[in-house]
Amino acid sequence: MLVRRKHNPTGESRKDLVSKCGTVAGQPLVLRISSLRRLTLGPVSLEVRAGECVCVSGVSGAGKTILLRAIADLDPYEGTVFLDDVSCADIRPVQWRSMVGLLPPESMWWGMRVGDHFPEVNADWLKRMGFTEEVMDRRVEVLSSGERQRLGLLRLLANQPRVLLLDEPTANLDQANISRMELLVEQYRRERGAAVIWVSHDPGQIQRVADRHLGLVGGELRSQTQ
Amino acid sequence: MISLGVIDLMIAAVLVILLALLTEWMKVRLGSQILIAAIRTAVQLLLIGLVLKVLFENAGALWVALLAFFMLSVASYEVMARQQRRFTGWWGYGVGTLSMFLSSFVVTLFALSIILGNDPWYSPQYSIPLLGMLLGNTMNGISLSMDRLTQTAWEQRRVIEARLMLGHDHKEAIGELRQNAIRSGMIPIINAMATAGVVSLPGMMTGQILAGAPPVEAVKYQILIMFLIAAGTGLGTLVAVAIGSRRLFDERERLRLDHLQPTR
Repeated sequence: MLVRRKHNPTGESRKDLVSKCGTVAGQPLVLRISSLRRLTLGPVSLEVRAGECVCVSGVSGAGKTILLRAIADLDPYEGTVFLDDVSCADIRPVQWRSMVGLLPPESMWWGMRVGDHFPEVNADWLKRMGFTEEVMDRRVEVLSSGERQRLGLLRLLANQPRVLLLDEPTANLDQANISRMELLVEQYRRERGAAVIWVSHDPGQIQRVADRHLGLVGGELRSQTQ
Repeated sequence: MISLGVIDLMIAAVLVILLALLTEWMKVRLGSQILIAAIRTAVQLLLIGLVLKVLFENAGALWVALLAFFMLSVASYEVMARQQRRFTGWWGYGVGTLSMFLSSFVVTLFALSIILGNDPWYSPQYSIPLLGMLLGNTMNGISLSMDRLTQTAWEQRRVIEARLMLGHDHKEAIGELRQNAIRSGMIPIINAMATAGVVSLPGMMTGQILAGAPPVEAVKYQILIMFLIAAGTGLGTLVAVAIGSRRLFDERERLRLDHLQPTR
C-alpha cells in the first residue's frame, strides 16, 4: 500500500518528533541478533524493536560494514539472526534481503535509466526527497552522487523492508539532503514499524536520529551515552 | 600427393625461429614462448601420429577410451590454465572437465553412432580425430566464456551485490554477465562458420586437400565438422557458464568471490 500522507501533517517540528521517540519499549521485536560472529567481529547480540533506530559508530575497520553485511545475509557468519522471530535460515535468501534492506555508502546502478531500477514508484516519497516522477526517465550517468544516494534509499524503500540497514548513507550529501534522508527514514520507520540500524560517524546525526547509540569496539557492541 | 620430408618441415621451422628472433629484437619478449610452443607442436603431433598409427592397427575399445580420457584431461588443464581467476580447489579443474565431457563426448558419440555409423562405432580412425577437433574447439569456447564470466563478476561485484541487496535472486543479479560470457564463448565459432570458405579455408579441409582427397569429399567432412563443433562449443559453453555462475554464489545466494583464486 502506498502512503499518501502529507509531509509532517500536524506541523510538528523535527525536535518534537525526536523527543517522542523514547518509547519503543512496548513495541514488538523486529530484529534479533544472537551471538553473531564473522572474522574479527563478535559475538554481537542485539535486539531492535518496531520503529526503533539504533545508531552504531566505531572507528574505521571496527567491523560496522561487516556487521551490516552479515545481517543482510551477504556474507557467511556464525550465530543466528531472527526477523519477527523467524530465523534467517528459514527464510529464502531473496525474501530475506527484500525484508532486511541494506543501503551501502555508495549506490550502484546497472540499467540505463533510473526507472529501470524501480519496480514501482511512490510519488509521495519521491516528492519528499525532492524529485518529481520525471526523474524516472533520466539516465543514470547524469545523476549527481547526492541524487544517486537519495534515489538509492527510495529504491530500497520500494521493497517496503521490515529492517533498514543504513551504512553511512549520508556521507556524500549536503545538509539539505541529509535532512531529507533523515526525515524520510524517520517517517518510514514510524509509519511501517520498521527497525533501523544506522551506521554513522556524525555525532549531530546520531543525536537527531538515534533511539539508542552503540559503539563497535574490539568487535563488540557497547552502549554509548548520548 | 607430395610427401613432406624432414627438410621441408625444417625450412618451415626456420620461419618460426625468425619470428622468435624478431620479437626478441623488438623487445616483445615472446621468443622463448614461441619456440617452446613450436617444439611442443612438433613433438606432440609426432607422438599422436605414432599413437594413432599403433591404434589404427589394433583398434581396441579400451585403448580408444584411454586416449580419449587423456585428451580430455589435457584439455581440462588448458582450460584451467587460461583462467585469470579460476575457481578454488577441484572446481578450478572440474567445471572445464565436466562441461567438455558433456559437450565433446556427447557430440562425438552422436556423430559416430548416428551420422557415420561405423563398425565398430569407436573405430579410432574416426573417433579420435573427431574428438580432437571437438575438444580443441570446445576448449576455446569454454575457456573464453569462463574467463569472461569470472572476470566480469569480479569487476562488477558491487553491482551484483547491489542487486542481491534489493532482493534479486542470483540468476537476475548475474544474468547479463552470463549472457555476455556465453556470447564471448560462441562468437568465434559463429564467425568461423560465417566466413568458412570465403575468407578462410578451414584447416582440416585444407589438410585433406593437400593430402590428396577430392575437394568435394573434404568439403562435406568440413561441413559436418563445423556443425558438430558449433553444437559442441555451444553446449559446452552453456554448461560451463551455468555451473560457473552457480558456483560464484553459495546456497544462501551470496556472491562468493572467495570461491575464486586471486589473480596470479
